[in-house]
Amino acid sequence: MSFIPGQPVTAVVQRIEIRKLRQGEHLILGFSIGGGIDQDPGQNPFSEDKSDKGIYVTRVTPEGPAEVAGLMMGDKVMQVNGWDMTMVTHDQARKRLTKKNEDVVRLLVTRKSLEQAVKHSMM
Amino acid sequence: MDTESTYSGYSYYSGRSRGSHRHGERIRDHHKSRSKDGSRSEKSVTINAPPAEPLLGDSSVLGEEVQDDNWGETTTAVTGTSEHSLSQEDIVRITKDLEDSVGLDCRRYFSLTLAVVLGLLVFLTPLAFLALPHLLWPDKLLVCGTACEGLFISVAFKLLILLLAVWALFFRAPRASLPRVFVFRALLAVLVLLFVVSYWLFYGVRILDSQDENYQGIVQYAVSLVDALLFIHYLAIVLLELRQLQPAFSVCVTRSTDGETRHYNLGQLSIQRAALVIIENYYRDFSVHNPALLTASKSRAAKHLAGLKVYNVDGPENNAATGLAHSQSRAMIAAAARRRDTSHNELYYEEAEHERRVRKRKARLVVAVEEAFTHIKRMQEEEQKKAPGDVMDPREAAQAIFPSMARSLQKYLRTTRQQHCHSMESIQQHLAFCITNNMTPKAFLESYLTPGPTLQYGRERWLARQWTLVSEASVTSGLKEGAIFLLKCIDFSLVVTAKRIPYIQLSEEFIDPKSHKFVLRLQSETSV
Repeated sequence: MSFIPGQPVTAVVQRIEIRKLRQGEHLILGFSIGGGIDQDPGQNPFSEDKSDKGIYVTRVTPEGPAEVAGLMMGDKVMQVNGWDMTMVTHDQARKRLTKKNEDVVRLLVTRKSLEQAVKHSMM
Repeated sequence: MDTESTYSGYSYYSGRSRGSHRHGERIRDHHKSRSKDGSRSEKSVTINAPPAEPLLGDSSVLGEEVQDDNWGETTTAVTGTSEHSLSQEDIVRITKDLEDSVGLDCRRYFSLTLAVVLGLLVFLTPLAFLALPHLLWPDKLLVCGTACEGLFISVAFKLLILLLAVWALFFRAPRASLPRVFVFRALLAVLVLLFVVSYWLFYGVRILDSQDENYQGIVQYAVSLVDALLFIHYLAIVLLELRQLQPAFSVCVTRSTDGETRHYNLGQLSIQRAALVIIENYYRDFSVHNPALLTASKSRAAKHLAGLKVYNVDGPENNAATGLAHSQSRAMIAAAARRRDTSHNELYYEEAEHERRVRKRKARLVVAVEEAFTHIKRMQEEEQKKAPGDVMDPREAAQAIFPSMARSLQKYLRTTRQQHCHSMESIQQHLAFCITNNMTPKAFLESYLTPGPTLQYGRERWLARQWTLVSEASVTSGLKEGAIFLLKCIDFSLVVTAKRIPYIQLSEEFIDPKSHKFVLRLQSETSV
């Protein structure tokens, strides 16, 4: 999950499709994000590399649409509906996730256990 | 009246000691005998319990307490050990004074006469240089011109300055007498002597013999002598006064009896001069040495090995004497370590009770003194004209209020074992002093609640003539890193260790005031 500047980022990702839930007049996804290129990466408890400024999932509300779809706390969000999430500000990330005309968001998330699982299965 | 009997003692104190105490017998250190009784009953299973012998050779201090314990119960003696030790100190002091006064006076007068002779020689030499040509060959001399006479004034003033400078530097009351000669002073005296002698030689050969007529040259020669003497005086200042001002060593001074420690920074001094500085600081910084406070640990140490006796059951073997002694001492140490003794328990309870007792007596004392002070008021100006009767000066006032606080003060001093440091006369004097200077009762009590420096007490505690310097290195050699020497007084000694002050390397870092800039680092969490 760390990146080398100038090289393309490679990661094992999981595709997660979350259907937004309507609560009153808001469409919620049921998780919280942290991180961004305008934030302090050193305070991120989930990242391995403390200079990683990507978007991470910091909380997943129980029984929410995100948990149902399989999102876990600590996941790093790589793409949302095709838009890149590795080099965005916090606010841009929030906007990409909370577009009012989209009902479904398709995320590509990565976590450490995915890489280990792939390694296991290859051995 | 006797308040100790109402103390609820701890259960392990045997009833016998408490009962005897209640009968009003005044045991000087009933505290100690009580604990001894308690511990003796625990030791009743040992084979042989001989009377505790003083482990240390100083029988005058221990003599009264460590004898047969029964003595403490059946006597009504009130005298304190400390008075005994003081009387022995008196004897020692008197004999030492006698021998010191004879020896030191001789040395002092010898060095004094040497100094006076040298001084006279130094001052009269220029005058002699100037006067002798006029006396010996007055007709051949050239007339002294203006420049020459100007030089007379210069000689006169320089001699005056030299006189004042020598008076300022050397003519001071000696503050100590050191065991060895002061090396720098001796060197300077030799230098001055050589210098003056060489000038006289030159004068004698080149001027007196050839009867030089050039009087101006002679006057200039005398002026050069006085100049050089002033420079030698400058050298004396640097060597004697300035060189040791820059701190180079940090010495650690520990008193051997109670471990009180202080640190001082000294310059480059010889060991004897360093010892002098340390002793002068000792009189200011260290609390007064109180032998009565040390008896507790000594008696504990005596008890520890007192209950054991070693028997050699293997029969008369052909052991070497040292082997026998070794095995005996090792056996004693092993047995003492294995023995389940409860002296730590005793110590803990003893100290707790002592603490309580001290605090209780202190409270009574403070109340008594405050009450006594309310009876005294400074007379106002108007009252002075009205009532001339019953007016007292401070001494009488002190004597008037002293009896009301005397009892509680004496009890407090006894509990803290300071009663021999303060005589009734000194207490009354101190009270009069405090009354005169409008001090509060708390200010009056301060000198009794905390032990002060030695100079605060009477002259007999100073022992200023009893110091001995014990050193492996020569006492006129300088202080070195790791130098250790001892300053022995009569019943204690000061252990002095010297360490060099480290060489400090200080580097500089420049921070531009404009570089103090800050950014805000956030970590926000948004729920989507």
